[in-house]
Amino acid sequence: MSEQFFDWEYVISFMPKLLEGLVVTIEVTIVAFILAAILGLLMALGRRSSNPWIAQPIGALVEFIRSTPLLVQLFIFFYVLPRYGLRMPAFIVGTIALGLHYGTYTSEIYRAGIDAIDRGQWEAARALNFSPVRTWVGIVLPQAIPPMIPALGNYLVAMFKESAQLSAITVVELTLTARTIGTQSFRFLEPFTMAGVLYFLISYPSSLVVQRLEKRYAGK
Amino acid sequence: MPNEDHLLVKIRNYAFLVIGLLAIGIAIGVELTVNPPETAPFDLLPILLRGLAVTIELTLLGAALALVVAIVAGVARSSGHIIVRTITGFYVEVFRGTSILVQLFWIFFVLPLPPFNLSLTPLQAGVLALGLNVGAYGAEVVRGAIGAIPSGQIEASIALNMSPGLMMRRVIIPQAMVRILPPFGNLLIELLKATSLVSLITLSDVTFQGLALRQSVGRTTEVFLLILVIYFLLAYPLTLGVRWLERQRQWAT
Repeated sequence: MSEQFFDWEYVISFMPKLLEGLVVTIEVTIVAFILAAILGLLMALGRRSSNPWIAQPIGALVEFIRSTPLLVQLFIFFYVLPRYGLRMPAFIVGTIALGLHYGTYTSEIYRAGIDAIDRGQWEAARALNFSPVRTWVGIVLPQAIPPMIPALGNYLVAMFKESAQLSAITVVELTLTARTIGTQSFRFLEPFTMAGVLYFLISYPSSLVVQRLEKRYAGK
Repeated sequence: MPNEDHLLVKIRNYAFLVIGLLAIGIAIGVELTVNPPETAPFDLLPILLRGLAVTIELTLLGAALALVVAIVAGVARSSGHIIVRTITGFYVEVFRGTSILVQLFWIFFVLPLPPFNLSLTPLQAGVLALGLNVGAYGAEVVRGAIGAIPSGQIEASIALNMSPGLMMRRVIIPQAMVRILPPFGNLLIELLKATSLVSLITLSDVTFQGLALRQSVGRTTEVFLLILVIYFLLAYPLTLGVRWLERQRQWAT
Protein backbone atom coordinates (compact mmCIF):
# COMPACT_ATOMS: atom_id res chain seq x y z
CA MET A 1 0.00 0.00 0.00
CA SER A 2 1.50 3.30 -1.02
CA GLU A 3 1.84 6.09 1.51
CA GLN A 4 0.06 8.75 -0.51
CA PHE A 5 -2.35 11.10 1.20
CA PHE A 6 -5.19 9.99 -1.03
CA ASP A 7 -4.57 6.78 -2.95
CA TRP A 8 -6.38 7.05 -6.30
CA GLU A 9 -5.40 3.56 -7.43
CA TYR A 10 -7.11 2.21 -4.36
CA VAL A 11 -10.15 4.35 -5.17
CA ILE A 12 -10.29 2.96 -8.71
CA SER A 13 -10.03 -0.60 -7.37
CA PHE A 14 -13.05 -0.30 -5.05
CA MET A 15 -15.18 2.13 -7.06
CA PRO A 16 -17.22 -0.56 -8.92
CA LYS A 17 -18.25 -2.08 -5.57
CA LEU A 18 -19.12 1.33 -4.14
CA LEU A 19 -21.28 2.11 -7.17
CA GLU A 20 -23.14 -1.17 -6.63
CA GLY A 21 -23.84 0.06 -3.10
CA LEU A 22 -25.07 3.36 -4.53
CA VAL A 23 -27.52 1.49 -6.77
CA VAL A 24 -28.95 -0.28 -3.71
CA THR A 25 -29.23 3.07 -1.89
CA ILE A 26 -31.13 4.55 -4.84
CA GLU A 27 -33.43 1.53 -5.07
CA VAL A 28 -34.22 1.69 -1.37
CA THR A 29 -34.84 5.44 -1.59
CA ILE A 30 -37.22 5.22 -4.54
CA VAL A 31 -39.29 2.34 -3.18
CA ALA A 32 -39.41 3.84 0.32
CA PHE A 33 -40.42 7.22 -1.11
CA ILE A 34 -43.32 5.73 -3.04
CA LEU A 35 -44.36 4.00 0.17
CA ALA A 36 -44.01 7.22 2.18
CA ALA A 37 -46.05 9.15 -0.40
CA ILE A 38 -48.89 6.62 -0.21
CA LEU A 39 -48.79 6.01 3.56
CA GLY A 40 -48.52 9.74 4.20
CA LEU A 41 -51.64 10.40 2.15
CA LEU A 42 -53.53 7.64 3.97
CA MET A 43 -52.41 9.01 7.34
CA ALA A 44 -53.36 12.56 6.38
CA LEU A 45 -56.81 11.43 5.19
CA GLY A 46 -57.22 9.29 8.30
CA ARG A 47 -56.37 12.20 10.55
CA ARG A 48 -58.98 14.34 8.82
CA SER A 49 -61.68 11.73 9.28
CA SER A 50 -64.78 13.05 11.03
CA ASN A 51 -64.82 9.88 13.12
CA PRO A 52 -62.61 10.61 16.16
CA TRP A 53 -62.09 6.87 16.67
CA ILE A 54 -60.19 6.85 13.39
CA ALA A 55 -58.65 10.32 13.42
CA GLN A 56 -57.25 10.37 16.96
CA PRO A 57 -55.43 7.01 17.04
CA ILE A 58 -53.87 7.73 13.65
CA GLY A 59 -52.82 11.16 14.93
CA ALA A 60 -51.26 9.60 18.02
CA LEU A 61 -49.44 7.01 15.91
CA VAL A 62 -48.04 9.71 13.60
CA GLU A 63 -46.83 11.75 16.57
CA PHE A 64 -45.25 8.69 18.13
CA ILE A 65 -43.39 7.59 15.01
CA ARG A 66 -42.15 11.13 14.36
CA SER A 67 -40.86 11.48 17.92
CA THR A 68 -38.70 8.36 17.95
CA PRO A 69 -35.48 7.64 16.03
CA LEU A 70 -35.56 5.85 12.69
CA LEU A 71 -32.66 3.67 13.85
CA VAL A 72 -34.65 2.23 16.76
CA GLN A 73 -37.62 1.65 14.46
CA LEU A 74 -35.32 -0.20 12.08
CA PHE A 75 -34.12 -2.42 14.93
CA ILE A 76 -37.73 -3.13 15.91
CA PHE A 77 -38.62 -4.16 12.37
CA PHE A 78 -35.43 -6.18 12.09
CA TYR A 79 -35.20 -7.86 15.50
CA VAL A 80 -38.71 -7.83 16.98
CA LEU A 81 -41.02 -8.68 14.07
CA PRO A 82 -39.27 -11.99 13.22
CA ARG A 83 -40.03 -13.18 16.76
CA TYR A 84 -43.73 -13.01 15.85
CA GLY A 85 -43.30 -14.91 12.62
CA LEU A 86 -42.79 -11.92 10.30
CA ARG A 87 -39.55 -12.85 8.60
CA MET A 88 -38.49 -10.63 5.71
CA PRO A 89 -35.16 -9.84 4.04
CA ALA A 90 -33.33 -6.86 5.56
CA PHE A 91 -33.71 -4.89 2.31
CA ILE A 92 -37.51 -5.11 2.46
CA VAL A 93 -37.73 -4.54 6.22
CA GLY A 94 -35.49 -1.48 5.96
CA THR A 95 -37.42 -0.04 3.04
CA ILE A 96 -40.74 -0.43 4.84
CA ALA A 97 -39.39 1.17 8.04
CA LEU A 98 -37.90 4.08 6.10
CA GLY A 99 -41.13 4.55 4.16
CA LEU A 100 -43.25 4.43 7.31
CA HIS A 101 -41.01 6.89 9.17
CA TYR A 102 -41.06 9.42 6.35
CA GLY A 103 -44.74 8.73 5.72
CA THR A 104 -45.42 10.54 8.99
CA TYR A 105 -43.48 13.53 7.64
CA THR A 106 -45.20 13.55 4.26
CA SER A 107 -48.58 13.27 5.99
CA GLU A 108 -47.97 16.71 7.51
CA ILE A 109 -47.30 18.11 4.04
CA TYR A 110 -50.51 16.60 2.69
CA ARG A 111 -52.39 17.94 5.67
CA ALA A 112 -51.12 21.49 5.11
CA GLY A 113 -51.79 21.20 1.38
CA ILE A 114 -55.34 19.96 1.86
CA ASP A 115 -56.04 22.64 4.46
CA ALA A 116 -54.98 25.25 1.91
CA ILE A 117 -57.83 24.29 -0.45
CA ASP A 118 -60.51 26.95 -0.44
CA ARG A 119 -63.74 26.12 1.37
CA GLY A 120 -65.68 27.15 -1.70
CA GLN A 121 -64.26 24.18 -3.58
CA TRP A 122 -65.69 21.77 -1.02
CA GLU A 123 -69.02 23.58 -1.00
CA ALA A 124 -69.20 23.56 -4.79
CA ALA A 125 -68.47 19.84 -4.89
CA ARG A 126 -71.22 19.25 -2.37
CA ALA A 127 -73.63 21.52 -4.24
CA LEU A 128 -72.96 19.50 -7.41
CA ASN A 129 -73.75 16.34 -5.42
CA PHE A 130 -70.31 14.84 -5.97
CA SER A 131 -69.55 11.68 -4.02
CA PRO A 132 -66.76 11.95 -1.41
CA VAL A 133 -64.47 9.91 -3.65
CA ARG A 134 -65.12 12.15 -6.63
CA THR A 135 -64.64 15.25 -4.46
CA TRP A 136 -61.24 14.03 -3.30
CA VAL A 137 -59.98 12.52 -6.54
CA GLY A 138 -61.52 15.02 -8.93
CA ILE A 139 -61.40 18.30 -7.03
CA VAL A 140 -59.27 18.43 -3.90
CA LEU A 141 -56.17 16.33 -4.59
CA PRO A 142 -55.46 17.65 -8.12
CA GLN A 143 -55.30 21.16 -6.66
CA ALA A 144 -53.58 20.24 -3.41
CA ILE A 145 -50.78 18.02 -4.71
CA PRO A 146 -48.83 20.26 -7.16
CA PRO A 147 -47.88 22.89 -4.52
CA MET A 148 -46.70 20.04 -2.26
CA ILE A 149 -44.17 18.79 -4.80
CA PRO A 150 -41.20 20.88 -3.56
CA ALA A 151 -41.76 19.83 0.07
CA LEU A 152 -42.08 16.20 -0.99
CA GLY A 153 -38.90 16.61 -3.01
CA ASN A 154 -37.09 17.81 0.09
CA TYR A 155 -38.08 14.63 1.87
CA LEU A 156 -36.99 12.53 -1.10
CA VAL A 157 -33.50 14.04 -0.75
CA ALA A 158 -33.59 13.57 3.03
CA MET A 159 -34.61 9.92 2.61
CA PHE A 160 -31.76 9.35 0.17
CA LYS A 161 -29.31 10.49 2.87
CA GLU A 162 -31.06 8.82 5.80
CA SER A 163 -31.18 5.48 3.99
CA ALA A 164 -27.56 5.17 5.21
CA GLN A 165 -29.05 4.05 8.52
CA LEU A 166 -30.17 0.83 6.85
CA SER A 167 -26.51 -0.21 7.01
CA ALA A 168 -27.12 -0.89 10.73
CA ILE A 169 -29.49 -3.73 9.83
CA THR A 170 -27.08 -5.28 7.32
CA VAL A 171 -28.54 -3.81 4.12
CA VAL A 172 -25.52 -3.62 1.82
CA GLU A 173 -26.07 -0.10 0.57
CA LEU A 174 -23.56 2.68 -0.02
CA THR A 175 -22.48 3.29 3.60
CA LEU A 176 -22.12 -0.36 4.56
CA THR A 177 -20.20 -1.06 1.34
CA ALA A 178 -17.79 1.78 2.17
CA ARG A 179 -17.39 0.47 5.70
CA THR A 180 -16.71 -3.08 4.51
CA ILE A 181 -14.12 -1.87 2.00
CA GLY A 182 -12.45 0.17 4.74
CA THR A 183 -12.40 -2.72 7.22
CA GLN A 184 -10.87 -5.09 4.65
CA SER A 185 -7.92 -2.84 3.84
CA PHE A 186 -7.82 -0.77 7.04
CA ARG A 187 -7.89 2.41 4.98
CA PHE A 188 -11.06 4.33 5.74
CA LEU A 189 -10.17 7.72 4.26
CA GLU A 190 -10.80 6.84 0.63
CA PRO A 191 -13.99 4.71 0.90
CA PHE A 192 -15.78 7.06 3.31
CA THR A 193 -14.70 10.16 1.41
CA MET A 194 -15.88 8.69 -1.87
CA ALA A 195 -19.14 7.58 -0.27
CA GLY A 196 -19.61 11.16 0.92
CA VAL A 197 -18.83 12.44 -2.58
CA LEU A 198 -21.40 10.10 -4.12
CA TYR A 199 -24.09 11.18 -1.64
CA PHE A 200 -23.24 14.81 -2.35
CA LEU A 201 -23.18 14.40 -6.15
CA ILE A 202 -26.77 13.20 -6.07
CA SER A 203 -28.31 15.12 -3.21
CA TYR A 204 -26.87 18.57 -3.97
CA PRO A 205 -28.13 18.84 -7.58
CA SER A 206 -31.45 17.36 -6.43
CA SER A 207 -31.81 20.00 -3.75
CA LEU A 208 -31.10 22.69 -6.36
CA VAL A 209 -33.93 21.27 -8.49
CA VAL A 210 -36.20 21.37 -5.43
CA GLN A 211 -35.25 25.01 -4.86
CA ARG A 212 -36.21 25.84 -8.44
CA LEU A 213 -39.52 24.09 -7.99
CA GLU A 214 -40.08 26.07 -4.79
CA LYS A 215 -39.55 29.34 -6.64
CA ARG A 216 -41.85 28.22 -9.43
CA TYR A 217 -44.73 27.36 -7.12
CA ALA A 218 -44.11 30.36 -4.87
CA GLY A 219 -44.54 32.62 -7.90
CA LYS A 220 -48.11 31.49 -8.44
CA MET B 1 -69.99 25.82 24.18
CA PRO B 2 -67.08 26.13 21.74
CA ASN B 3 -64.63 26.47 24.61
CA GLU B 4 -65.67 23.22 26.21
CA ASP B 5 -65.53 21.47 22.85
CA HIS B 6 -62.04 22.77 22.37
CA LEU B 7 -61.02 21.48 25.78
CA LEU B 8 -62.56 18.07 25.04
CA VAL B 9 -60.66 17.84 21.75
CA LYS B 10 -57.48 18.74 23.60
CA ILE B 11 -58.05 16.09 26.25
CA ARG B 12 -58.88 13.53 23.57
CA ASN B 13 -55.65 14.36 21.69
CA TYR B 14 -53.56 13.46 24.67
CA ALA B 15 -55.89 10.65 25.75
CA PHE B 16 -54.96 8.66 22.67
CA LEU B 17 -51.27 9.20 23.22
CA VAL B 18 -51.66 8.02 26.79
CA ILE B 19 -53.71 5.04 25.57
CA GLY B 20 -50.94 4.28 23.07
CA LEU B 21 -48.30 4.36 25.78
CA LEU B 22 -50.53 2.15 27.96
CA ALA B 23 -50.88 -0.25 25.04
CA ILE B 24 -47.10 -0.49 24.83
CA GLY B 25 -47.04 -1.08 28.60
CA ILE B 26 -49.60 -3.86 28.18
CA ALA B 27 -47.61 -5.33 25.29
CA ILE B 28 -44.55 -5.41 27.54
CA GLY B 29 -46.66 -6.98 30.31
CA VAL B 30 -48.02 -9.67 27.99
CA GLU B 31 -44.53 -10.35 26.71
CA LEU B 32 -43.39 -10.76 30.32
CA THR B 33 -46.16 -13.20 31.20
CA VAL B 34 -45.65 -15.23 28.03
CA ASN B 35 -41.88 -15.37 28.43
CA PRO B 36 -41.34 -14.74 32.15
CA PRO B 37 -37.78 -13.68 32.89
CA GLU B 38 -36.01 -14.97 35.98
CA THR B 39 -35.50 -11.45 37.29
CA ALA B 40 -37.94 -8.69 38.19
CA PRO B 41 -39.91 -7.12 35.31
CA PHE B 42 -38.32 -3.69 35.36
CA ASP B 43 -34.76 -4.81 35.96
CA LEU B 44 -33.92 -3.51 32.49
CA LEU B 45 -34.74 0.11 33.24
CA PRO B 46 -31.64 0.97 35.35
CA ILE B 47 -29.38 -0.17 32.53
CA LEU B 48 -31.37 1.73 29.91
CA LEU B 49 -31.42 4.82 32.13
CA ARG B 50 -27.63 4.72 32.32
CA GLY B 51 -27.75 4.98 28.55
CA LEU B 52 -30.23 7.83 28.90
CA ALA B 53 -27.58 9.87 30.72
CA VAL B 54 -25.27 9.48 27.70
CA THR B 55 -28.08 10.36 25.29
CA ILE B 56 -28.92 13.54 27.22
CA GLU B 57 -25.26 14.49 27.56
CA LEU B 58 -24.77 14.07 23.80
CA THR B 59 -27.91 16.04 23.02
CA LEU B 60 -26.85 18.95 25.22
CA LEU B 61 -23.22 19.05 24.05
CA GLY B 62 -24.24 18.53 20.42
CA ALA B 63 -26.85 21.29 20.69
CA ALA B 64 -24.34 23.68 22.25
CA LEU B 65 -21.84 23.08 19.43
CA ALA B 66 -24.60 23.24 16.80
CA LEU B 67 -25.86 26.55 18.22
CA VAL B 68 -22.42 28.19 18.08
CA VAL B 69 -21.71 26.79 14.61
CA ALA B 70 -25.15 27.81 13.31
CA ILE B 71 -24.81 31.40 14.49
CA VAL B 72 -21.22 31.82 13.28
CA ALA B 73 -21.83 30.12 9.91
CA GLY B 74 -25.23 31.79 9.46
CA VAL B 75 -23.80 35.27 10.02
CA ALA B 76 -20.74 34.44 7.91
CA ARG B 77 -22.97 33.29 5.04
CA SER B 78 -24.77 36.62 5.11
CA SER B 79 -21.42 38.44 5.11
CA GLY B 80 -20.44 40.78 2.31
CA HIS B 81 -16.99 39.19 2.11
CA ILE B 82 -16.98 36.74 -0.80
CA ILE B 83 -14.25 34.40 0.56
CA VAL B 84 -15.94 34.10 3.97
CA ARG B 85 -19.27 33.46 2.23
CA THR B 86 -17.80 30.82 -0.12
CA ILE B 87 -16.01 28.88 2.63
CA THR B 88 -19.04 28.78 4.91
CA GLY B 89 -21.24 27.95 1.92
CA PHE B 90 -18.99 24.98 1.18
CA TYR B 91 -19.18 23.79 4.78
CA VAL B 92 -22.97 24.11 4.90
CA GLU B 93 -23.58 22.36 1.57
CA VAL B 94 -21.17 19.50 2.31
CA PHE B 95 -22.74 18.75 5.68
CA ARG B 96 -26.28 19.14 4.37
CA GLY B 97 -25.54 17.24 1.19
CA THR B 98 -24.14 14.06 2.72
CA SER B 99 -25.48 11.54 5.16
CA ILE B 100 -24.93 12.25 8.88
CA LEU B 101 -23.96 8.61 9.37
CA VAL B 102 -21.16 8.94 6.82
CA GLN B 103 -20.01 12.12 8.58
CA LEU B 104 -19.99 10.27 11.91
CA PHE B 105 -18.07 7.32 10.46
CA TRP B 106 -15.66 9.68 8.71
CA ILE B 107 -14.86 11.48 11.95
CA PHE B 108 -14.67 8.27 13.97
CA PHE B 109 -12.81 5.96 11.56
CA VAL B 110 -10.77 8.29 9.34
CA LEU B 111 -9.43 10.92 11.73
CA PRO B 112 -7.53 8.51 14.06
CA LEU B 113 -5.56 7.00 11.15
CA PRO B 114 -2.70 8.57 9.21
CA PRO B 115 -2.47 11.17 7.72
CA PHE B 116 -4.58 12.82 10.43
CA ASN B 117 -3.60 10.82 13.54
CA LEU B 118 -6.25 12.67 15.48
CA SER B 119 -7.73 10.17 17.86
CA LEU B 120 -11.07 11.13 19.32
CA THR B 121 -13.08 9.43 22.01
CA PRO B 122 -16.45 8.14 20.76
CA LEU B 123 -18.13 10.94 22.74
CA GLN B 124 -16.00 13.63 21.10
CA ALA B 125 -16.62 12.12 17.66
CA GLY B 126 -20.35 11.97 18.34
CA VAL B 127 -20.60 15.56 19.58
CA LEU B 128 -18.50 16.79 16.65
CA ALA B 129 -20.58 14.98 14.01
CA LEU B 130 -23.95 15.94 15.53
CA GLY B 131 -22.90 19.54 16.18
CA LEU B 132 -21.43 20.10 12.72
CA ASN B 133 -24.34 18.42 10.93
CA VAL B 134 -27.16 20.13 12.80
CA GLY B 135 -25.12 23.35 12.86
CA ALA B 136 -25.13 23.37 9.06
CA TYR B 137 -28.94 23.17 8.96
CA GLY B 138 -29.10 25.80 11.72
CA ALA B 139 -26.85 28.10 9.69
CA GLU B 140 -29.45 28.11 6.91
CA VAL B 141 -32.15 29.02 9.44
CA VAL B 142 -30.02 31.91 10.75
CA ARG B 143 -29.24 33.09 7.24
CA GLY B 144 -32.91 32.96 6.28
CA ALA B 145 -33.89 34.92 9.38
CA ILE B 146 -31.28 37.60 8.76
CA GLY B 147 -32.32 37.83 5.12
CA ALA B 148 -35.97 38.25 6.11
CA ILE B 149 -35.34 41.44 8.05
CA PRO B 150 -36.68 44.37 6.03
CA SER B 151 -33.87 46.41 4.50
CA GLY B 152 -35.46 49.54 5.95
CA GLN B 153 -34.44 48.34 9.40
CA ILE B 154 -30.81 48.10 8.33
CA GLU B 155 -30.96 51.44 6.53
CA ALA B 156 -32.45 53.05 9.61
CA SER B 157 -29.66 51.62 11.78
CA ILE B 158 -27.06 52.99 9.39
CA ALA B 159 -28.83 56.36 9.34
CA LEU B 160 -28.67 56.33 13.15
CA ASN B 161 -24.92 55.77 12.84
CA MET B 162 -25.01 52.42 14.64
CA SER B 163 -21.87 50.32 14.43
CA PRO B 164 -22.35 46.90 12.72
CA GLY B 165 -22.00 45.19 16.11
CA LEU B 166 -24.61 47.40 17.75
CA MET B 167 -26.93 46.95 14.76
CA MET B 168 -26.63 43.15 15.10
CA ARG B 169 -27.25 43.28 18.83
CA ARG B 170 -30.07 45.79 18.95
CA VAL B 171 -31.86 45.47 15.62
CA ILE B 172 -31.15 42.28 13.70
CA ILE B 173 -30.77 39.60 16.39
CA PRO B 174 -33.88 40.48 18.44
CA GLN B 175 -36.07 40.36 15.33
CA ALA B 176 -34.36 37.31 13.84
CA MET B 177 -34.75 35.45 17.14
CA VAL B 178 -38.53 35.25 16.75
CA ARG B 179 -38.12 33.50 13.41
CA ILE B 180 -35.23 31.33 14.56
CA LEU B 181 -36.64 29.75 17.70
CA PRO B 182 -39.31 27.38 16.27
CA PRO B 183 -37.04 25.87 13.57
CA PHE B 184 -34.25 25.58 16.13
CA GLY B 185 -36.63 23.64 18.34
CA ASN B 186 -37.33 21.28 15.44
CA LEU B 187 -33.60 20.86 14.85
CA LEU B 188 -33.14 20.03 18.53
CA ILE B 189 -35.69 17.22 18.12
CA GLU B 190 -33.85 15.95 15.03
CA LEU B 191 -30.58 16.11 16.97
CA LEU B 192 -32.05 14.14 19.85
CA LYS B 193 -33.22 11.44 17.45
CA ALA B 194 -29.89 11.45 15.61
CA THR B 195 -27.99 10.76 18.85
CA SER B 196 -29.17 7.15 18.48
CA LEU B 197 -26.63 6.83 15.64
CA VAL B 198 -23.71 6.99 18.08
CA SER B 199 -24.66 3.48 19.18
CA LEU B 200 -22.98 2.46 15.90
CA ILE B 201 -19.64 3.90 17.04
CA THR B 202 -19.68 2.02 20.38
CA LEU B 203 -20.94 4.93 22.49
CA SER B 204 -23.21 3.51 25.21
CA ASP B 205 -26.35 5.60 24.73
CA VAL B 206 -29.91 4.28 25.18
CA THR B 207 -29.92 2.51 21.81
CA PHE B 208 -26.52 0.92 22.44
CA GLN B 209 -27.61 -0.34 25.86
CA GLY B 210 -30.69 -1.79 24.18
CA LEU B 211 -28.60 -3.62 21.59
CA ALA B 212 -26.29 -4.90 24.34
CA LEU B 213 -29.27 -6.06 26.44
CA ARG B 214 -30.74 -7.83 23.43
CA GLN B 215 -27.52 -9.81 23.11
CA SER B 216 -27.08 -10.55 26.83
CA VAL B 217 -30.61 -11.15 28.15
CA GLY B 218 -32.73 -11.37 25.00
CA ARG B 219 -36.27 -10.04 25.71
CA THR B 220 -36.00 -8.11 22.46
CA THR B 221 -39.60 -6.85 22.34
CA GLU B 222 -39.52 -5.44 25.84
CA VAL B 223 -36.12 -3.80 25.37
CA PHE B 224 -36.96 -2.02 22.14
CA LEU B 225 -40.44 -0.93 23.19
CA LEU B 226 -38.95 0.58 26.36
CA ILE B 227 -36.38 2.42 24.24
CA LEU B 228 -39.11 3.82 21.99
CA VAL B 229 -41.02 5.08 25.01
CA ILE B 230 -37.88 6.70 26.46
CA TYR B 231 -37.18 8.58 23.22
CA PHE B 232 -40.81 9.58 22.92
CA LEU B 233 -40.89 10.95 26.46
CA LEU B 234 -37.78 12.99 25.67
CA ALA B 235 -38.87 14.26 22.26
CA TYR B 236 -42.58 14.90 22.69
CA PRO B 237 -42.27 17.70 25.29
CA LEU B 238 -39.92 19.40 22.82
CA THR B 239 -42.53 19.02 20.07
CA LEU B 240 -45.16 20.60 22.31
CA GLY B 241 -42.69 23.39 23.15
CA VAL B 242 -42.11 24.12 19.46
CA ARG B 243 -45.86 24.29 18.83
CA TRP B 244 -46.23 26.69 21.73
CA LEU B 245 -43.46 28.88 20.29
CA GLU B 246 -45.15 28.85 16.89
CA ARG B 247 -48.40 30.00 18.44
CA GLN B 248 -46.53 32.79 20.23
CA ARG B 249 -45.05 33.90 16.94
CA GLN B 250 -48.42 33.96 15.21
CA TRP B 251 -49.72 36.00 18.05
CA ALA B 252 -46.73 38.38 17.92
CA THR B 253 -46.95 39.17 14.21
